[in-house]
Parts: sequence; C-alpha cells; structure tokens
Amino acid sequence: MTEDTQRTTSATTSTPWVGLKAAAFWPLRLVMDLVDRPLAWLQATFGQRAMVVFFLLPNLAIFGIFVMLPLVINVIYSFTGGSALFLDERVGVGFEQYQTLFDCRDFTDPFSCRQDAFWAGVYNTLTFMLLQVPAVALTALITALVLNREMRGRGFWRAIFFFPVLLSPVVVGLIWKWILERNGLLNALLNGLGLEGTVWLGDSFWAMFWAIFVSTWAHMGFYTLILLAGLQSIPRDLYEAAAMDGTSRPRALLRITLPLLWPTMLVVLILALIRAVQIFDEVYVLTGGGPGTSTQMLVQYIYQTGFAALLRNLGLAAAASILMGLVLMVLTLLQLGIAARRSREVAG
Amino acid sequence: MGAVRRFVLRRRGGDRWHWTDVVAWTWLVLGLILMLGPAIWLTLSSFKTRSALNEFPPTLLPLTTETRMVEGYEEPLELYRVTLEDGEERVLAQVRRVGIVAQMVDPDDPGERIDVPIAAREPVRTTELATENYTEPLERFAFLTFFYNSVFVTVMATVITLIVNSMAAFALSKYQFRGRGTVLIFILATLMVPLPVILVPIYVVINYLNLFDSLWGVILPTVATPTGVFLLRQYMLTIPDELIEAARMDKASEWKIYWRIILPLTAPALAVLAIFSVMWRWNDFLWPLVVLSQRELYTLQVGLNAFAGELNVQWHYVLAMTVLTMLPVVIIFVFLQRFITSGVASTGMK
Amino acid sequence: MAHRHLKFALTLLAGTLLASPALAQTEIRIMWYSDGNEGEVVADLLERFEAEHPEIDIVLDEVAYQTIQENLPVQLESGRGPDIARVTNLQTLNEHWLDLRPYLDDPAYWEENFGSFLDWMRPAGSDAIPGFVTQLTVTGPFINATLFQQAGVEVPEQGATWEEWIPALRQVAEATGVPIPLAMDRSGHRFSGPAISYGAQLIDDEGNPVVPDDGIRAMAENIVNWHQDGTMAQELWGGVSGTTYVGANQEFANAEVVMYFSGSWQIAQFANQIGDAFDWWAVPNPCGTAACTGMAGGAGLVGIAYTEHPEEVATVMEYLASEPVIREFTARTLFLPAHAGLAASGVDYVSDDPNVARALDVFLAEVGRLEPKAIAMQAYRFNSILYGAIITRLGQVVAGELTLDDALARMEVDIADQIAEASR
Repeated sequence: MTEDTQRTTSATTSTPWVGLKAAAFWPLRLVMDLVDRPLAWLQATFGQRAMVVFFLLPNLAIFGIFVMLPLVINVIYSFTGGSALFLDERVGVGFEQYQTLFDCRDFTDPFSCRQDAFWAGVYNTLTFMLLQVPAVALTALITALVLNREMRGRGFWRAIFFFPVLLSPVVVGLIWKWILERNGLLNALLNGLGLEGTVWLGDSFWAMFWAIFVSTWAHMGFYTLILLAGLQSIPRDLYEAAAMDGTSRPRALLRITLPLLWPTMLVVLILALIRAVQIFDEVYVLTGGGPGTSTQMLVQYIYQTGFAALLRNLGLAAAASILMGLVLMVLTLLQLGIAARRSREVAG
Repeated sequence: MGAVRRFVLRRRGGDRWHWTDVVAWTWLVLGLILMLGPAIWLTLSSFKTRSALNEFPPTLLPLTTETRMVEGYEEPLELYRVTLEDGEERVLAQVRRVGIVAQMVDPDDPGERIDVPIAAREPVRTTELATENYTEPLERFAFLTFFYNSVFVTVMATVITLIVNSMAAFALSKYQFRGRGTVLIFILATLMVPLPVILVPIYVVINYLNLFDSLWGVILPTVATPTGVFLLRQYMLTIPDELIEAARMDKASEWKIYWRIILPLTAPALAVLAIFSVMWRWNDFLWPLVVLSQRELYTLQVGLNAFAGELNVQWHYVLAMTVLTMLPVVIIFVFLQRFITSGVASTGMK
Repeated sequence: MAHRHLKFALTLLAGTLLASPALAQTEIRIMWYSDGNEGEVVADLLERFEAEHPEIDIVLDEVAYQTIQENLPVQLESGRGPDIARVTNLQTLNEHWLDLRPYLDDPAYWEENFGSFLDWMRPAGSDAIPGFVTQLTVTGPFINATLFQQAGVEVPEQGATWEEWIPALRQVAEATGVPIPLAMDRSGHRFSGPAISYGAQLIDDEGNPVVPDDGIRAMAENIVNWHQDGTMAQELWGGVSGTTYVGANQEFANAEVVMYFSGSWQIAQFANQIGDAFDWWAVPNPCGTAACTGMAGGAGLVGIAYTEHPEEVATVMEYLASEPVIREFTARTLFLPAHAGLAASGVDYVSDDPNVARALDVFLAEVGRLEPKAIAMQAYRFNSILYGAIITRLGQVVAGELTLDDALARMEVDIADQIAEASR
C-alpha cells in the first residue's frame, strides 16, 4: 500500500468515524439482516448455485433490460423504415438502410456518398481516435512520471490534474468554447503578446485540433492516476540496482520503467480507445460538429438522425449504430488479442 | 516559511538542478495553469454584466460602470471620463445618448448640460460582481426543486449502484462457475454502447415499463455500471479465500458472508465507486432530459438548460448557471480528493 | 384514549375537507418556451384564469426551445406529453393536435379571427380547430442606425434592392470599424424570404417541392459571394453543421453587426438588451428581382390529442384566445397579432422606446407586402424538410466542403429522400 492509502485507512478507523458510520448504517444493517432469512432458505433449498444467480441477477437484469434489449430493438429498427416510434407500426425494408449508408461513388471521399454526413462522421471519428488516444496516453504518461518523483504535496498535484475529470462534458465544452470565442481569452492573450488571434472554431483544422485538445484536457487526469499506480507498483530496488550499475536515468526509463508499465499502459489505451470511438458530448457542445461537418463525429450523426431531427429516421440511425458497434467490437478484440500475446511474451 | 522554501526548491540530484527537474517543474506549473485556469476564468466571467462580457480584450476582473445619484434625476446616472474639445478631462454623468451624441451633466453641478460625442467618453469602472446573473435565473426557476431532485437521484442511484455492483462483483470473483467468462464479456460489451446510440430504444422500453416522466426512470437504467463491477471485482480478488472458507465452515450463509465479511473489506473500493457514481449521476444530462417531462422533476442539469430559448444565447446566464452546476462537484472534490486519487490508484492496478 | 382518537379523527376529517377542492382539481399542463418575456406574461394571465376557475390547476412547464424541438415530438409519438404546448412546427406534427371544435362554445369566433392561420396547424382540407397562433412573425432586417449616422451613410429606402444595400453596409462597416456588415440567422426559413424575392417557387401548385430553382440559385450565389468577400462572417453559417440554428442577437446587441436579418420576434428582446445603447431600426425587406418579401411565421398554442381532459383544455384555450387576453399578451410581449380583430383595431403596445414603435410599424407594413408563397409555406406539410435541406447544404458550401452546384443537386436528393421516408 502506498503511504497515502495508509493515511486514509487510519483516518477512517478513528473513533468518531466509527461511531458515525455505525449510526448511519444501522437501518441498512437491519434490512440486510432481515433479508438474510429468506436467502438462507433459498441457499439451503437450491444450493450455492442459487445464490450465485441471486447475486448476479439484479446487475444482469438491468444490463439486459436497459442495454441489451434496446440494442436488440436497435438491430430490428435497422431493418425497418418510416417515422413511427413503435416497432409494430414500422415498415420492414430489409437491408435498404444499410444500402443507403454504403451508397458511395468513392469511399475515400465522404462527399461522394449519399449519406455524406455518416461518412464524414466515420472519418472524423477515425482521425480523432488516431490523434487523441496517443495524445492522452502520452500526456498521462509524462504527468505520471513527473508525479512519481519523490516530492511532498504529491496528493495536491494529483488532485490538480484530476480536477477536469470531475466536470460534466457540457461544462467542459462550454468553458473552452467561451475561451476560444472570437472575443475570448485566448485571442486576448495572443493579442497581448503581439500575435494575431483568429476565429479558432471557425477553421476546420483548428476546430479538430481544439476538439482533441479539450478532450485530452478533460480526461488526462483519470489515466494519469492509473499509470501512476502502475509506476508505483514497480519495485524500487530495481532502480537502485540500476543506479549502482551506473545506468543513466533515460536508460533506466527505457529498460525498466516502460516495459514493466506496459500492461497498465495497455489498459489505458483500451479505455481511451473505447471512449474515443464514442466521443460526442464535449465536441458537440464545443463545435456543434462544425465548421461544416469537419468535427462531426459518428455518434453525433446517429443522435441527430435518430433523435434530434424533426422527422427522425430511426432506421438509418439504427443501421449506423450497428455498424459502429461492429467496428468497436473488432477493435477491442484486436486490442485484447495483442494484449494477450504480449503478456504471454512478457511472462514467458 | 522554511518548510515551504524547502518544498518549492526540492529537486532530484541534491543541490544541483538536473534537466529533468526543470522539465518536471515546468510541466507541473503548466499543468496548474492549464487545469485550473479555465475554471477560474469561467467563474470570473460569470460575474460580469452582459455588456462587460462582450468587451474585447476582456478584463480580468468583473467591472461595471460606476453610477451616482445626481440631484434632479430619479435614476442613478452612469459616470464617464470625458475628453472635452479643449483637451480637458472631466468626469461627467450621462443623462442619455441620442444618436452619436451623449448628453451629460457635471454630477456636482447638474444645471449645465454638456453635449459630448460618444467617441470622446470612457466609462469609469470599478470592480463589482454582477450577482444578478445568478439571482435572476434562480428567481424564475425553482432551483431548490431541481437541486433536491438531483440529490435524490444521485443518492438513490449511488446506494443501489453500490449494492447491485458489489453483489455481481462478489459472484464474479469468488465463485467458479461455467459461463463466468461469458458474463464478464457480456458486461464488458455493455461498456461499448454509448447512450446516444440506444436513446430511442431505451425510451421505448422506459415507456413500456411506465417509468416515463419519473425519477425512478432516471435512476434505474443507470445503476448497473460495468466500470463499477470491474473495479470492485479487481479489489475483491485480493481478499483471501481462506476468510470465506472459514466462514463457511462456521455455517455462515452466502448472504451473510457477502454482507458481513466481503463488503466491509471492500470499503475502499466502494468509496471510490461511490465517488464516481456521485460524479456520473450528478452530471447526467442527456438521459434525464429525455425521460423527464414535468418541470417539478427536473434535475439540476436539465433545469438549468431550460432557460435557453430558441433565439437567444444569454452568455451571462449560461456562465453563471454553469458555475452553479460545477460547484457541488468541486466542493465534494475538495473534501474528498484524498480518497478519490488514492482510491483509484490502489484499486486500479491490483 | 378515546379522547385522543376522536381528536385525531376530527383532524383527519378536517384535513380531508380542506383538501377536497384540491382533490377535485383538474391539472392541466402547458409546455411553454419563451424567446423574451412571454413566459412571465402568460404566467400572469394564467394566474387570473385560475382565480376565476378554481377547479382547474394550471402547471406552466417553461422549457428550453430545444426541448420543444427534440423531446416533445418523441413524447407525442409515444402517445404521451403535456395537455397544451407552444410549438413552432405546427404543420409537421399536426397528427398530434386535439380538435377543439366539439368542445368550444363559439367556434365561429375562432374561424373569424384566426381563419387563415388555422391552415398552418391542420392537414389540408380539414376544418379542425387545434389551437391558435399566439403571434405572427415576419422575417426582415434590423440595422444599427447609429452606425449609419456615424459613417454618414444614408439608409436605403423601401424598395431598395440587395445590390443597393450591400455596398452601403460595407461602407458603414469600414467607416466605423465594425467587423460584420451583414448577419443572417442560419435558417432555411430566413433564407426563403429573399429567395422568393429572387423568384423562387419552393413548392408548385400541387404541393410538390421545386427545389432548387433559379430563385434559390440566385440567392444562394449571393450568400456564398457575401461570405467570400467578408460581408458575412464565416463562423455563423460555416461554424456548425447540419440544420443547427445560429442567431446573431448577441453580436447585433453589441454593435458588431450593421444589418441583422432576422425577424419581428426580436423586438422585445432588443428593447430589453439594447436599451438606448444605440438606435436599432427595423427596415423593409430588401428587394430581389421579383419581390421584396419576408417570410411569415409564428408559434402556436395547441391542444394535444392525448390529453385526458379535453373540456378543460378547451376552457383554458378559449380564455387565452379571447380578445382581451390576446390584446394584453400582444401588447406586453411586443409581438404582431395573428388575430384578425386585433390586427384591424390596432394594439397599444406597452413600450415608450421609439425604436420599438418604429420596428412594429415597419413589420406591420411588411405583413401587407408578404408574397402569397411566403405565407402558404407555413401550411405546407414538409416545410421543415425543405428548410433543413437548404440550410444544411448551403452551410456546407459556406464552410468550403461542397461546391454550389453539388449542394444544389444534393438539396434535391435530400428533400426527395426525406419526404419518401416520412411518407412511408
């Protein structure tokens, strides 16, 4: 355990805390003890397996009803057309929605496609993924390395970097939108330094740049913590041994730290990738998908087509989301495959 | 003072500055400005009046034009620093502006009316907080109701999340059974489904279950979090099996084992999940917006969005309300940051 | 013991008696959005209604416009929703409105005063009375007259064409250092007025869309050119995607815009926000080659078909549509009335701002100059599809993603596709 968690546990086991916890939790305890009777009977009658089912049931039920069921409904939607909401009023159209999505003269040019907004979404999301994930991983790594040094007040610095993670995506988007306005803070600062400001979010290159920047800003702290934990689990004596051998610091970093950190880094990359494919809220608030369609992401396309538009096209949106889900699945499986192979290598 | 000095000047490699020290300190200072700066700027901006917000370059602190009661006029008049034709600078009070000429009077000698071209005047400003940015929307909108709803949703959702997720994590970590891997993958798969994608189908399901326009319709779909299950499972894996075996030999039921042994031992991870859950539920926007129809049930995030009309983005209100939305999270953060950051660290990689 | 129980029972009884009026109350929910002060005004009016009708409890849900646009349609689709709603998409959602006719005391009053506007909210050929239009709006330009004065440029008269206006605007902007000579709401509806002035038909006599045609092309070319030479600011139209609405109220109120092409609903807001910071005038619509028209519009208050209390809904609607109430509503919100009686007799607007009076006069005059097509579009079932397609594609041209020819071709395909999907 790191010294911080030791301090934490000691703080929570001091007498006033214990008294407070006991007072707060007694109704809960009462309920739980009451529940024990029927459950003990259940276990006695149906064996341990029944208890396993019981433990898993609430969670799986919620997933099933509120995630899986809608997904299945979505799949069915993707084979229907019309503007009705309920399935029984919709018209079956086979693969027509998918065909509409894939109707392109030239797949490398989104604007040659019938649903150009969809393909713009695909390419923008791809660009975002390829740039944001390394960016956030790299900045998190550097920050973790910096924070890993012996320093007092590490908790303070950790908190500073974690702060933006707490903000809702809407707040994040609004804060930066306000700074990047034509008359905003950034332009004011640049003018103060004698440089020209510009309408940042009105330029397709800069809008994407800022979308990536803001997203990195908002989530870096979370990954920093994970990497920091990983760094701190590397035994110190390895470094001491290396120092005694006269190994330089950069070399130690390369040969000791990074390889041992790799499993943690992999977790970070997977999490960041999953989040990057689903990017919507922050960018939508920040740029609205503009200028033109240059920062419009795939999820925004689905949201606008299937929900926000006055005449919703649920079938088309569903088809697009199924395609997105398939790609996500492939990506994640690929990642996991590489991870499995890598850890086998490291272990072996 | 000595301790602070030592802290600030502490560096690796004894008393000499190594280049890694420079890099590290630059990174930290940059991080401080970049992470906290925007939020501070937001707060400062939220106290500026509407017209002050549109100035360029923006002032750091909120400023408003000073006013003064002048004899013979009912309303306080704004004060301006004026450069007259002969080059003299005076402070005058403005009565009204007509076209490109401002009619002004000397506040101490209000008899004489002086006409000044509007280009030759500059407002006299002082630092003042435009708190009406906060009070005006709150007067019209039932802030306390929204706040209560948000608290209700957050607390109930967190309690249920903790119970439901820990039960599942327990089953997945301490029992061997066929299909355990499948369940894990099933849960991982749900992580990959973003809400906007299944928005309309969930709406249909909610409708069917008659949970529409109810706070429970907001709470229930959100309580099973894959992150929570994995987090707790990781932590529970480190609890020695011998404890459980011993309890079983003492004829304790599985439920008792879960409730009396596992949960208390998982307390740090539960604390982390609780904090995350509070954060997530407090910031939920899209889902409550879709589910709720009656204004009395709106959560804070939804309620604060409600005064955005079609045709006006009132930045001064938006900024103030954004700060208010941010505030509870920030307060919790300040008090509990030790738990958050160390908790994530300790459970993240066990 | 008995003593205590008796006391308790009496308290309970008293409580029930006191509560019974409340129990017998019918709750009517109104979903309302505001651009300016309409929310306060209608809340005030409804309070008086409740005093006269204690059996009806009205709950006014003030929501964001986004909620009306995005959430309400989904709720209506699923057979839920409020009892009454203030909506702008009157035609597209017309299948969800309640026909009040059987519940009204005096349907003739409604036909007489709201006659032509009722077509905006019901299918062609129907004689249902779903509600009434709360205000008539007309699109048209506002100018910052103080800037014209400062620059020493004369304001063009009624009948001036866009070709005459644009150089004047640019001159004023240059002389006064203002960044944006012309701003227009990013909206297909706004664009359509000038397009019709250039001869656009939008729909033919059978109700089929005729997009794009020469009129649309002409105005689209104008818009593109104006963005390229800096007359219009890139970030307003080109800064967002799809059908996202972007207005320029803040920019105009901050004297950063010389001419803001928007509409009469801004009057109350400008009076509030601008005050006497500068003179803001409404001016007549600039002319194209064929006409000098804006577009008609308006929001309506409609009963929802899925309400459980249609009689009470009708009672509330009758109150709000009655002449004295509409008179007060219009006078305080500074809107143009969609009530024939009121339009004829005139309204005493509650404002001593000379800019307000001037603006109202100008827009009232513009109502008379509306082209028939500009009014008929409000009754066209798929008007939102047309507007959406126009603005999406035009926005992309401004953002540099499409060529104008491409955009015009795509507009046609978009409209055909969406109408086909909606008609399934």
